[in-house]
Amino acid sequence: MKHFFLASILAGAIALPAAAADYTIMAPAAPGGGWDQTARTMQTAMQQEKISDKVQVMNVPGAGGTIGIAQFASQQKGNPNALMVGGYVMVGAILTNKSPVTLKDVTPIARLTGEYEVIVVPAASEVKTMADLVEKLKADPGAVSWGGGSAGGTDHITAGLVAKAAGVDPTKVNYIAFSGGGEALAAILGGQVTAGISSYGEFEGQVKAGALRVLAISSDEKIEGIDAPTLKESGLDVVIQNWRMVAAAPGLSDEQKAAVTADIEKLAKSKTWQDNLKTKGWIDTYLAGPEFEEQLAKDITATEAILKDIGLVK
Amino acid sequence: MSTFDFLMQGLVSAMEPINLLYALIGVTLGTMVGVLPGIGPATTVALLLPVTYQLDPTGSLIMFAGIYYGGMYGGSTTSILLNTPGESASIITALEGNKMARAGRGGPALATSAIGSFVAGLIATLALAFVAPYIVKLALVFGPREYFALMVLAFVTVSSAFGNSALRGLTSLFIGLALSLVGIDQLTGQNRLSFGVPDLLDGIEVTTMAVAMFAIGETLFIAAQGAQAPDKVEAIRGSVWMTAKDWARSWKPWLRGTVIGFPIGAMPAGGAEIGTFLSYAAEKRLSNHPEEFGNGAIEGVAGPEAANNASAAGTLVPLLTLGLPTSATAAIMLAGFQQYGLQPGPLLFATNPQLVWGLIASLLIANLMLLVLNLPLVGLWVRLLTIPKPWLYSGILVFATLGTIGANPSVFELGMLLVFGLVAYVMRVFDYPIAPVIVGLILGPLAEQQLRRALSISQGDVTTLVQSPIAAVLLGLAAIALILPLVLRLRGRGNVLTQMAASED
Repeated sequence: MKHFFLASILAGAIALPAAAADYTIMAPAAPGGGWDQTARTMQTAMQQEKISDKVQVMNVPGAGGTIGIAQFASQQKGNPNALMVGGYVMVGAILTNKSPVTLKDVTPIARLTGEYEVIVVPAASEVKTMADLVEKLKADPGAVSWGGGSAGGTDHITAGLVAKAAGVDPTKVNYIAFSGGGEALAAILGGQVTAGISSYGEFEGQVKAGALRVLAISSDEKIEGIDAPTLKESGLDVVIQNWRMVAAAPGLSDEQKAAVTADIEKLAKSKTWQDNLKTKGWIDTYLAGPEFEEQLAKDITATEAILKDIGLVK
Repeated sequence: MSTFDFLMQGLVSAMEPINLLYALIGVTLGTMVGVLPGIGPATTVALLLPVTYQLDPTGSLIMFAGIYYGGMYGGSTTSILLNTPGESASIITALEGNKMARAGRGGPALATSAIGSFVAGLIATLALAFVAPYIVKLALVFGPREYFALMVLAFVTVSSAFGNSALRGLTSLFIGLALSLVGIDQLTGQNRLSFGVPDLLDGIEVTTMAVAMFAIGETLFIAAQGAQAPDKVEAIRGSVWMTAKDWARSWKPWLRGTVIGFPIGAMPAGGAEIGTFLSYAAEKRLSNHPEEFGNGAIEGVAGPEAANNASAAGTLVPLLTLGLPTSATAAIMLAGFQQYGLQPGPLLFATNPQLVWGLIASLLIANLMLLVLNLPLVGLWVRLLTIPKPWLYSGILVFATLGTIGANPSVFELGMLLVFGLVAYVMRVFDYPIAPVIVGLILGPLAEQQLRRALSISQGDVTTLVQSPIAAVLLGLAAIALILPLVLRLRGRGNVLTQMAASED
């Protein structure tokens, strides 16, 4: 009995952190979220397309990815087999948490996917259009409660940008942060908040079922299949996208960096990856090399500015 | 076709030999991993997701369902036998279950937990099939102020179960509440009490804390007593199986646990732990043997275990009807659905009835399999306790450490495990109860966030808290639960209450 007991513990312990892998992808979040799904989709596609024989996913949850990035930068230095998923939320979290480790301390490789933000209200709401909402917001900013994901994340930033574009003081935005999209959706459906704000995928089922009405989408142009104007068309100059990226460890040689970049490009162009993007409703926003680095720097500056406007960063 | 026809069709599909095999693999893996402290069902399902790419949707979802139920069940075995909760929903089970095990009644404790889980799982799964659309409407009525009222009720009822000194119990509770403040404040994104340590940004992990408080603290306590340790553990006294009296005392808690656990599981911000707290408090109030609470009352195992499994089924209500993942495991199951191009939500019942009913039917099958798998093992499990003490407790230490590292490979986490283990040891020496620390750590952030959300939505108007009928009723119940014992004590019946209160260790 005792032996069985010990053996089963050991078996369990060994089975979980599997043996050596060609790539280890860190998802700096708990299982189930967007980064975790991105990492696991990469894992499947890389294995199926034979880009790598064995890919392992590792979760280091917490604090908008800042705990993961700190661990990644210190423990994987110079390791060409280590990858980390990240994204726009991490940019904001690094600023709000005053994280000592930033994206400068890792090697950003490429942007992979993106999702646009939508602003929704329950079907029964008296708010019919974006103009109605802006009017309410102008009359009394505090009376419009926005339900969305974590504080300082893409949803919060979008709410701040909308207020700013409407000429309302962004620090007055009454943003109610919920843990995870699920809880926010329940609060929106239950009419606990005035409007909801999150990526379209979170609301798709409810929109199709007629329980939620989309007021506007944060894309540059209208998106096929989504019956809503853009924020720009509604007179608010806001375009924002919740993008996700992949980074490699710091301290890589140029050859090592080029090899990782080549593998990621193969991944992004592969059929398995493309098929997965379709089923998950992610937009292909693949961008690598100097163009990506330039875009990243721009996004960081813009995010810092808006977080200061909202009052989350001093 | 009627609901019943759909369910029958689902059962036929789930009964196919290959699907039965997937269910068996699922419950076995789920139970094994649920036993490891710290590693919950979510991680297991995430690890297995790639394996199931080759399976058809029905097969892989059946396996997920098995893992989910298995994981919920596995945690209780170590809670009862080793006082080491495998996951946060089985913390309460350790209170009475471990006392029973040490009194030679580990067999009945494991049996009532297995059968209670089965009964609750069965009723809750049937409820999922037939009343999901109504339950979900109820769950949506719950906004921040209603949740806050529910948390207040949980605090008041649970604090009555805090040992024989209210002051000591409250001290422990406030230690837990203080610790729950550590980390990033969810509503503003600002750091609190993290002292620049990045590992503290995400707060203190409940499972790490539970394992430290129960397993490490107790091991140190036993070791410190050395050879003089008074209580000699008897593995089996009387029957390994439940006696007629055990049955008579178990069936009502099973049903009550189910009734409490299912709707709370269905609430987007409910969570399995709150159901177990409320069920424990309810059983303690209603029991004919209140003096046994704290010394191994079977009701204290039967109720919370039933609540825990019923809430697992409850979690599927918002997932299937709204596409709302309310737990990490549900979020991964959602990813599993999407992998096959299915979008759970209001349309799923209409567009893919076969799959939904196949899943519900496979939950019933997984539930039955858990019972078949676990009951015969009860006799084997209780023999664990016959292992000589030094071996057993060093085994527990290894086990607790492995589980914590497995869940979060970080030196800091391990350090936290040991430091809180020492704290728990000191608390035991000075006779402070342990459970309230965990209760504070779990309920504290929920209560705080919901209160602040409610006040933020009402723009600071405090009366919003009693303006909703549900919140007002819940707060009223909490007030009664708080005031009634005081009145009874004033009328000279304090002795009864002193007897009722008992320490959990």
